[in-house]
Amino acid sequence: MKKFVIVSAISCFGFTAYAQQAPVPAAPADPMAQEARIKALEDQVRTLAEQVAVLTGELHVIRGAKSPDPAPDARVLLASARIDPSTLAASPATPAPSSEAAQLPQTQAMGGGTQPQTYGGATSNAKLLNPDISLIGDFIGTAGHNIVSPSRSLELHESEVGMQAIIDPYARADVFISFGETGVNVEEGYVTFTSLPAGLLMKVGKMRADFGKVNTIHNHALPYIDRPLVTNNLVGGEDGINDAGISISHFLPAPKNWFFEGTGQVFRGDSSTVYAANRRQDLSVVGHVRGYRDLSESTNLDLGVSYSRGHTNLGADLGSNFFTNLYGVDATLRWKPLRRAVYKNFLLRTELFWSARDQFSPLNIFQTQHAFGMYTSAEYRVNRRWTVGGRFDRSGRATDANLTDTGVSGILTYWPSEFSQIRGQYRFGHLALGTPGDFSNANEFLFQFLFVMGAHGAHPF
Amino acid sequence: MHAHKLTTRLSAVLTALALLGWLVLQPTSRAAGKLQIMTATTDLASLAQEVGGDKIEVESVARGYQDPHFVDAKPSFLLKLKRADLLIVVGLELEIGWLPPLINQSTNPKIQVGAPGYFDASRFAKILEIPTGQVTRAEGDVHPLGNPHYWLDPENGLRIAKGIVDKLSQMRPGDAAYFEQRYSDFEQRLKQADQRWLAEMKPYEGRKIVTYHRSWPNFAEHFHLNVVGYVEPRPGIPPSPQHTVELIQQMKRENVKVIVVEPYFDLKTPNSVARETGGQVLVLPPSVGGEKEITDYFKLFDYDISKLKQAFDATH
Repeated sequence: MKKFVIVSAISCFGFTAYAQQAPVPAAPADPMAQEARIKALEDQVRTLAEQVAVLTGELHVIRGAKSPDPAPDARVLLASARIDPSTLAASPATPAPSSEAAQLPQTQAMGGGTQPQTYGGATSNAKLLNPDISLIGDFIGTAGHNIVSPSRSLELHESEVGMQAIIDPYARADVFISFGETGVNVEEGYVTFTSLPAGLLMKVGKMRADFGKVNTIHNHALPYIDRPLVTNNLVGGEDGINDAGISISHFLPAPKNWFFEGTGQVFRGDSSTVYAANRRQDLSVVGHVRGYRDLSESTNLDLGVSYSRGHTNLGADLGSNFFTNLYGVDATLRWKPLRRAVYKNFLLRTELFWSARDQFSPLNIFQTQHAFGMYTSAEYRVNRRWTVGGRFDRSGRATDANLTDTGVSGILTYWPSEFSQIRGQYRFGHLALGTPGDFSNANEFLFQFLFVMGAHGAHPF
Repeated sequence: MHAHKLTTRLSAVLTALALLGWLVLQPTSRAAGKLQIMTATTDLASLAQEVGGDKIEVESVARGYQDPHFVDAKPSFLLKLKRADLLIVVGLELEIGWLPPLINQSTNPKIQVGAPGYFDASRFAKILEIPTGQVTRAEGDVHPLGNPHYWLDPENGLRIAKGIVDKLSQMRPGDAAYFEQRYSDFEQRLKQADQRWLAEMKPYEGRKIVTYHRSWPNFAEHFHLNVVGYVEPRPGIPPSPQHTVELIQQMKRENVKVIVVEPYFDLKTPNSVARETGGQVLVLPPSVGGEKEITDYFKLFDYDISKLKQAFDATH
C-alpha cells in the first residue's frame, strides 16, 4: 500500500511538474519578459513546494490511518497553472518572503484548500456544457381551521427542478419542472431570443404570463407561503395564467428618468380555471406595460397595467363564445439602502384586478359577472436573517361577484443562509359560503421550509 | 357574439402591430462617437477609463460602497446596457445573482455572454482560492471558480487594463495607438505607485489581520499581509456567536489587532470582537467609490494603505 501511495505521489508530482513546464516558452530576449519569466518560475516553485507539502501531509495521514482509502479531507491540487508571459506584465519582482512560505501549511489547513494560482480561472471546464441545474424543495405545513379552502396538514408542496442554459449565440432557455403532490408539471419552459434586431425580446414556450406581478412569480420566490385570495378567485389560482405561447417585449419611449416596457403575448388559451380553448382559434392574449422609475439611489417605484382576454372556462364546448376579460393594475415601492442592502429593505406592493366573465346565470341566462379583487402586502427586512411582512386580501369571486372573501396575514421569515428559508404565516380569512351574507371564519397557521440546491439563481427583483 | 371573436383577433393583431411600430420608430444606432462601456463594478470602470481616456464613456452598474454580490437588477440599468458597446464583468460568478437577467433583458446582442462586447476581466487576472476537491455549500457561498475579489492587487489591475486595451484597440483600430499610449502611461504610473505602496507597507510585512468577508486575498498576498481569520464563519453566512468566540480566542492567541470590514457590512459583531481583543475595526473599501475621495484605482490603494498603516500604528 505504502509503495502504491509513494509511487502515485511521485507520478502525480512528476506529471504536474511536466504539465507546468510545458507552456513556458523558450527564454525571451526582452529583459521585461525575462523578469516576467523569473516571476513565473518563482510562482511555479512555490506551487510545487506547496504540492509537496500537501502530498507529504497526505502521506502522513494515510500512513497514520493505515487505511487503503485516501483521507477524505485530502486536497488534490490540480496543476492548471497556465502562465502566459504576455499577461504577466513585468511588475516589480517581489521575492517570496520566507515568512509566506512558512505560513503555507497553515493557510492550507485553514482556508479549506486554496490553490495558489491559476491564470484564466474563468475558462475552467468544471461545468462543461451542462445547463445550470437547480432544485428547490418547498415543504408546507398547515394547522388550524378552514372549511372553505382546506389544505393538507403536511406536504412537499413542490420540488421544482430548474435547468437554464445558453443555447447558442442567439438564445437561452429556461425550463422549470415542478414535481407536486399530484403530479408533474412543466411550470415554465421557454427559449428567449436575446439577439433579435430592433431591440425586440422574444420568448417562446410555456410561461407564466406577464399579467401583473404575482402571476409572474414562482411559488418559492413569493414573499408569503400561499397566494393572495384574488389570485385564487380571479386569476387562476396557484398556476395563474400560465400557458403555451409567444411573448414579445420592447422598451418604449419614456420621459426622462423613466423606463417603460411593453409586452404582448399570445397563448393557446388554456389557463387553469380562467381560460379554456376548445377550438384552435380560441387563443388568449395578454398585454402589459411596465413603468419604472428610480426615485433615489435606494428607492424606486414600479408600476404596471395589464390586460388579458380569453375564452371562459365553462367546460366542454360551451366556452367558445363566452369571454373573460381581465384588467390589472400593480404598484410596487421598494426601499433598499445600498450600503446595507443585505440588512435592511422594505417593499410595499398593491395589485388590483377586475374580472368580467361571460357565463350562464343559475337560470341559464347569458350574463357577465363583474368582480373586483385586490391585495396589499408589505415586507420589511429587519436584519440579515429576519423579515416581517403582512398582507391584506379582498376579492369577489369570478363566477359570483356577490361572494366576497377577505383575509389578513402576518408573515415571519428566517434565512439561515441564502440557500434555505424558514417561514411562518398566520392567516385569518373571512370567507364567503355559498349564499351572500353567509361567512365562515378561517384561522390558520402555515409554515414552510424551502431549500435550494445546485446552481445559484438570480435574486428576485 | 361574433363581435367578441373579432375583438380578440383585433387585439392580437393590434398588439403585434404596435410592437412592429417600435421597430420603425427605433432610433438608428448612435453616431460613431465614444465607445459606450458598462462595467459591473467601479474598479473595472476606473481601469477602463485609464486606458480609454476621452474616447470612451464608462459607467458602472454597482456602486463602490455596495456589496457586489447583492445588486438589484433594476430596469433603469437596462437602458444603459442597451446602449453599451462593451460590458466588462468581474466574472467568477460574483454577479451571478443579478447580471444574467440584466444581460438577457437588455435586448443588446453586442453584450450577450460570448459576444465580442462581453468582456470577462477574470480571464486576465491571477485568481486565488480556487477550491479543489469537493465543493459544497457547507462551506458557505463558495465561488467554485475562485475568489472574485481579485482586482485588489495592482498587478492584476495592470493585467486587466492590458486586456481592456487590447479589446478597445480591436473595437476601434483607428484609435489603437491612442489606447496603447494611454496604457503604457498607466503602466508606468501604476508601477511607480506600486513601488511606493510596497515601500509603505514594508514595515508591516507579515502582519496578521482578520477580515469580515474573504475580499482581500489578492491584496494580502501582494502587500504581504496575513489574513488569519474571518468574521463570517463561512462566506456569505452571517456571524454566529460560537464562531465569534473562537475568533476572539484566536485573535488573542495570535495577537491580532486589526479587523478589516467592507463598508457594506454591519459593524456590531466586529465592534464587539474589537472590544474583547483590544483591537480596532477598520472600515476599508474594497472598491473605487467606496468613499467619496476614492475616485480612481490609484486612490483606492492610497486610501486603503494609509488607513491600514494608521490602524497598525495605533494598535501596536
